[in-house]
Amino acid sequence: MSGTSMSWSRRGVIAGLAGLASVGTSRVLRAAPSGAPIRVGQTLSLTGPFAQTGLVHKLTSEIFVAQLNAKDGLLGRPVEYVLLDDQSKPDVARTLYERLVTSDKVDFILGPYGTAAILAAMGVAQRYKKIFIQNTMGVPSMATYEWHFSALVSGDKPDKTLPELLYAAYDSTGHPPKSIAIVSNKYPSALFMASGTEKAFAAREVKVVAHLEYEVGNRDYGAIAARIKDANPDLLWVGCLGVEGNQILEALGQLQYKPPRHYYLYPSSGPLALLPAADGAVSLTNFEDVAPYNTTPVGAEFTRLFHEKALAASLPFPYADSQAANEYAGWQILTTAVEATKSLDDAKLAAWLNDATIDTIVGRRDFKGKWHTSSRDQEDLRQIQNGKWVAVWPKEHATPGVKLLAP
Amino acid sequence: MPSATLLTQSLITGVLAGALYGLLALGLSLSWGLLRLVNIGHFAMALLGAYLTWYLGSALGIPPYVSGPVIVAAFFLYGVALHWVFMRFRVAEMASMLITFSIAVFLESVIQALWTADFRRYETAWASSSVVVGPFFVPTLNLAAAIMASVLAVLTWAWLRWTYVGKALRAGAEDAPIAAAFGINHRRLSYILSGVCAAYAGVAGVFIALIATLAPSEIWTWVGVVFAVVIIGRLGNPLGALAGGVLIGACEATTMAVADPAWAPLVSFSVLIALLLFKPRWI
Repeated sequence: MSGTSMSWSRRGVIAGLAGLASVGTSRVLRAAPSGAPIRVGQTLSLTGPFAQTGLVHKLTSEIFVAQLNAKDGLLGRPVEYVLLDDQSKPDVARTLYERLVTSDKVDFILGPYGTAAILAAMGVAQRYKKIFIQNTMGVPSMATYEWHFSALVSGDKPDKTLPELLYAAYDSTGHPPKSIAIVSNKYPSALFMASGTEKAFAAREVKVVAHLEYEVGNRDYGAIAARIKDANPDLLWVGCLGVEGNQILEALGQLQYKPPRHYYLYPSSGPLALLPAADGAVSLTNFEDVAPYNTTPVGAEFTRLFHEKALAASLPFPYADSQAANEYAGWQILTTAVEATKSLDDAKLAAWLNDATIDTIVGRRDFKGKWHTSSRDQEDLRQIQNGKWVAVWPKEHATPGVKLLAP
Repeated sequence: MPSATLLTQSLITGVLAGALYGLLALGLSLSWGLLRLVNIGHFAMALLGAYLTWYLGSALGIPPYVSGPVIVAAFFLYGVALHWVFMRFRVAEMASMLITFSIAVFLESVIQALWTADFRRYETAWASSSVVVGPFFVPTLNLAAAIMASVLAVLTWAWLRWTYVGKALRAGAEDAPIAAAFGINHRRLSYILSGVCAAYAGVAGVFIALIATLAPSEIWTWVGVVFAVVIIGRLGNPLGALAGGVLIGACEATTMAVADPAWAPLVSFSVLIALLLFKPRWI
């Protein structure tokens, strides 16, 4: 061996030692994940009418898996995320979950986006006895599979608890609504919530001045807007999906009418926040890129990573919201169960989750509610103020210095 | 029972929405009726036109009255090129439906790849503006789209009825061999018509960008209703396409005003079935 090569070798050793030191104390003792990957499969609506929301879930899953693999992985093994596009179609979702289980042979599956696709996928999970964690099912009572677990924190009666939350918020202003107009998409979860809202508000002697339902894919909201204006309610409750809330507000704007108070069930957060006419709009949340949600260590890290990734993906509204956080929580539930049981056995995980209490990005939660939902409703309300979503209710969860605006 | 004001207001918005259906149906009706090509890609081209209008306006600050003519001209060339392909490979009526369906799927993917699946909205000062007539509000952009649809429908009708090219196109569609015997080169003229059809998709796209929120999957939301409009209006009839659109729009809006809005699609398609069953002279 020549002197030069000896010298390079020495330098190499020194450089190697320096490199090890530079890894930092937090990683020195941490082994990189190794061995065969643990495969987690999921379908999302990457194309089709729900693709906007599907993209949010995809980015979130990628963030979580990257974070996981940057640490110890799962049980010391790397995690491989197998994602397929269900085209926003439940029948496609069902077929793809069959493929994930039988052909791709994933170790675990996570639920797709949307109630209809979840129901389709749940049948596959039940047939193959796979644990099934989902985070967007709007009608809890339909999830009767014993190994189903909901990552949502809205409890088992959201059709009763969420209208109560909304009424309580407006009641706190000293002048609760005396009349309500309910306008809803005929999507199952929207109808379910619309029906519950009508009953809850009617029980509070709030006059229901209109209850209108429209088909999925409705194009023209002019006539619906005319009826809302004609009814002139104190509170407009919109059971919308995606940008339907924007479309209704724009149609109302063309009639030069703005509802004094307005609530949106499942809006597309970004487009609604960016619409000037939507100022004051209220919606559900359990996570936003504002305090108090983004001030926890996990929340701060996640919102930062999501913002970076969303900007890189050219999302017009690059901020994490409850859609993203619920997906993240689903991953947390799965990985916590695996680490706790040290097992990949679905039966063991299901048994452990039955009695578990888990800290997630959307709060500490259990599965003691019916159909393995959370034992209590932990949802909050958010409102668009100056083009940004802020938390407004309950008061203890409100963004500091912010209160519900209710003209 | 709704008030007269509510009913009239709903009718106004319904008629204007129907005119937009008519604008979308115009190119499809001409292509189907006179070229015997069922161009499902027409919807994708309209949405591509909408995305281009939005992108040029939002990202580059080019207003729609500048970008619109450029888009329309480019789409005309696309229509000519597409027709060359159809002629080259002798694509028949049914095959054209499958091929253009593939084009629509391809364009949907291209749009999503370029601008993501997220919703896009072209914010303009006119978005929420209306012309106020007594107690009624006429949305400005929808009115502009309706005027454009009416102008194009009338001009196209006049073109087909009174010009040599129009008469030749109709004759070729009616009986190509006999038309050829009279010296009509239907093949050459059909390139012009195909270009015009694609250009009309561009015009519709400009207005869709101004009126609607955009998402790649929006391509498919128009298909059912616009096909109904084309059939009601009779294939290859520009005035019929406009009238069919207005009829469907008015039916949907009236239903939404007097009954549950969810009934609207059922009523409009019931109108189509009734018209097909009783076959008025114009169908």
